[in-house]
Amino acid sequence: MSLITTLAQLEAVRTGRAQPAATVRHRHLSAAPLVFVPLTTAGEAGAPLGALVGTDRDAPHLLVVPQPRDRDLRFGFLAELADVVLPYLEAYADAVEPAERTERDSGTGARVKVEVELCADAAQIVVPSRAGVEYVRLLGRSTRFRRTAEQDPQAPHPAPPRVPLLGRWLTHYGERARVPGSSLLLAMTDLLGRHWATGQSTLEDQHLGALLAWIDPPAGGTGAEAAHRAELAREDGQLLCPPAGPATDPAFDNKLLAPAIERYDRARLALAGAEDGLAADGLLRALTEAEREVRDLVESRTRPTWDAVWRGLELLRRLPEGARVEERWTRDRWSFTGHRDRVRSGEPPQPRRDDAVTAANKLAAREREQARLDAQEALDDPLVMAGRRLSGEAFAGEVVDVVMTYSEGRRPSPRPLVTVLTDDRPHLGERVKVYRSLGGRAQTAEFVEQAGDGVLVVRIVDKMGRGKEPEPGSVPEKGDPVCFTLFEHEQRGGARLPEPEDTPWTHGGPPGAEGAVAEAPDAPTEEDVL
Amino acid sequence: MTAETVSAPGRPEFDPGAEAARATEAILDDTLHGTARGVVVDSPPGAGKSTLVVRAALELARAGRPLMVVAQTNAQVDDLVVRLAEKEPELPVGRLHSSDADPYDRALEELANVRTSAKAQDLAGLPVVLSTAAKWAHVSVDEPWRHAIVDEAYQMRSDALLAVAGLFERALFVGDPGQLDPFSTVGGEQWAGLSYDPSAAAVTTLLAHNPALPQHRLPVSWRLPASAARLVSDAFYPFTPFRSGTGPGERRLALAVASDGSGPDRVIDAAAESGWGLLELPARHTPRTDPEAVRAVAQVVRRLLDRGGAAVSERSPDPVPLTASRIAVGTAHRDQAAAVRAALAALGVSGVTVDTANRLQGREYDVTVVLHPLSGRPDATAFHLETGRLCVLASRHRHACIVVCRAGVDDLLDDYPSTEPVQLGTLVKFPDGWEANHAVLAHLAEHRVRWRP
Repeated sequence: MSLITTLAQLEAVRTGRAQPAATVRHRHLSAAPLVFVPLTTAGEAGAPLGALVGTDRDAPHLLVVPQPRDRDLRFGFLAELADVVLPYLEAYADAVEPAERTERDSGTGARVKVEVELCADAAQIVVPSRAGVEYVRLLGRSTRFRRTAEQDPQAPHPAPPRVPLLGRWLTHYGERARVPGSSLLLAMTDLLGRHWATGQSTLEDQHLGALLAWIDPPAGGTGAEAAHRAELAREDGQLLCPPAGPATDPAFDNKLLAPAIERYDRARLALAGAEDGLAADGLLRALTEAEREVRDLVESRTRPTWDAVWRGLELLRRLPEGARVEERWTRDRWSFTGHRDRVRSGEPPQPRRDDAVTAANKLAAREREQARLDAQEALDDPLVMAGRRLSGEAFAGEVVDVVMTYSEGRRPSPRPLVTVLTDDRPHLGERVKVYRSLGGRAQTAEFVEQAGDGVLVVRIVDKMGRGKEPEPGSVPEKGDPVCFTLFEHEQRGGARLPEPEDTPWTHGGPPGAEGAVAEAPDAPTEEDVL
Repeated sequence: MTAETVSAPGRPEFDPGAEAARATEAILDDTLHGTARGVVVDSPPGAGKSTLVVRAALELARAGRPLMVVAQTNAQVDDLVVRLAEKEPELPVGRLHSSDADPYDRALEELANVRTSAKAQDLAGLPVVLSTAAKWAHVSVDEPWRHAIVDEAYQMRSDALLAVAGLFERALFVGDPGQLDPFSTVGGEQWAGLSYDPSAAAVTTLLAHNPALPQHRLPVSWRLPASAARLVSDAFYPFTPFRSGTGPGERRLALAVASDGSGPDRVIDAAAESGWGLLELPARHTPRTDPEAVRAVAQVVRRLLDRGGAAVSERSPDPVPLTASRIAVGTAHRDQAAAVRAALAALGVSGVTVDTANRLQGREYDVTVVLHPLSGRPDATAFHLETGRLCVLASRHRHACIVVCRAGVDDLLDDYPSTEPVQLGTLVKFPDGWEANHAVLAHLAEHRVRWRP
């Protein structure tokens, strides 16, 4: 953790309120994000209990599985979820704009420009916490290989038609969320934690209620008190502020949920054993009543979180968007469009495991995005830059002298020496490269010498035009404020890896070489069918 | 397991030269005449890895097999080029470099048979071409090289090997398994346990897919003195022990000026006497750039130079003066290194290498001064506990190593047992950093000088 974050946290403790960790918003927020607040069943991996989902703060869709271990009810839930999520995604998939992309010609290997479609905007899903992101991934993994009755008429438990497609999209979103700086799938706790520093640990910041309490405490109280209350206060043994899920509070599970589900089970059993129509009518009413009870319970535990997520969005929207956020969102749009194209071209679902080449490509891309994000956040936000300056990775100051010198060689180029007066203490060594933003592009200089306490001399080496004299505005003048960073602003493309079918012997050769067959869905086990 | 097993009573006297030569012959035999596509060589610190690489390169070149050499940093590549040219000035050597400014050491331009280029085509046909893994990854060829040597293969990431493995048919992989593992700046847990986990070490992936490859190890450290080889072997290589090439007393450090009784002088005396010294400052939680500890490191270096140290070793019959260029300071973090550099400058010292463990890998000095990675910390994270970090810092010296540390690190270790999650399918590395740290601390405690600055 950086020194400046620690400082902000100490200040948060002292003042009792979260302190800003950013002056601009570093993530894109869609005008109409889809908020998804899932709950899961304790002790049963991947068995959803219910969810609130939707794009309208005042009218969420409530989805409930009254008996989470019932496979048909679970599929019913997933089908309902698909009915909400897929139309939302598809609305974005159809609005496109023309764009250009460089591709490698498969024959010659030359780079060629191709006209392609790019979705004009992309769908954004917001979940309450990091565990919610993990749950999206889990739902994706458990549904994308399912077979529908149409795909496999013999399947004993065919999935509803659109559920595997939902699984593929959720998988894509879950995977994209691992890319630093991406905004397709966001966790509210991460978003708030990025923009505010609270007086509690990062682990405690995972509690959405407590985190919001620090950032936006109720009138008259401190954030610390409100956070304490959000985490622990109970009435009749139940938490006043339920956890953001997907896991629920054990006291809720034991005291309220389990009895309600049991009543539902009993009512269902009674209805199945009804002997005549009149009795059945009464029993059906009892069943509906029991189901409504579970629904009410689920709603009572998701609604506070739902409101908290929207409150968080409201707070974040008050911050102006960082200048380079749009560029990163464009990458998200490319990612969204890419997945849309794969789905439309009839490609199979994402494999269970990445092959060697895909894994290496993903890791390289994520490292590149991490470096890009770190640089862009600092360039967009003086507060973030202050943190980098404090850790010796950048320095800001005033130009006190500019001396024009020229490079040696046949065509001398300008190499002005710029003297900067600064209070920062960057970790500079001989000929270390430093960069400053010049109209959005990075201009490179190299460190020459320290000419006194806080007096640094750098030599500018590029972005001054082709002539003997530098282009106007390309060299800072005496009195100008400047900020140089020791980190690069733009990321180079990585190495080109072989195609998966050319995986070398060191990495096990091409996938499937040892007679492996294409990924098949898991065979249903006894436990799957209750 | 201890190094005892190597020289059990009744065995003939251990002859380091003969042992090392035997190992080298076996490696070269497998490389030149073996049938396996790869040969893996584990080398402890200072065991003549570079010498082996140069020798293997020359033998392969003599056998008429076009060879590419992959190293991890430009400094390593340049170093190998210079060594090759020293050994065989007539051999044409290609140095493939990046298109950045100053991509290689200017010293290469003095070498008549070394050709440098940023394009692989310009170097086609040369018997040996050397470059970094990063640069090789951008090269594409129609016909792969017959042979490759991958240097520092344990510091290479699996994905970097994936990018270059298509360039060669067979390869010799050389590296030190005890040094720092490669790392990635983003989480790779998603692939943990896969045989080709891209953030794992290249050798791990290679051996997971090719378990039958011949594996060798170099048995003798020529760098480490007898006083250090035993500890480093026990603490960091418990299952593959090695010995020092020199015996006790063959390396000596003498000081012309007598001690003034201060902490730094006393710890220098302890280190000159035994090869190890621990300068222990009072226990305290401090920021990373602990000003007292940093100053203490600088003072030790200053006194080392002031007291006219001279090193006696097998290299020359006469004592060699201990100059600034033969001293290094090692730290865990870059800001600590920067703080030490500033403190040294304030004491008027220049020419001493000050760097982090990552950057000191593969380097060698007469005396090293180490700021202990856990000194003054309130917690012990995986980064600070990493076995390789301590191993690098404790194995750069030919004569003596002086550690500067706050008291209480042993308690800190006990408060923070390693809690890294164990992933299915991944090899658990032994020894873990926790245990290695304890082993080193226990040994250092015998050479402790307490000092309140």
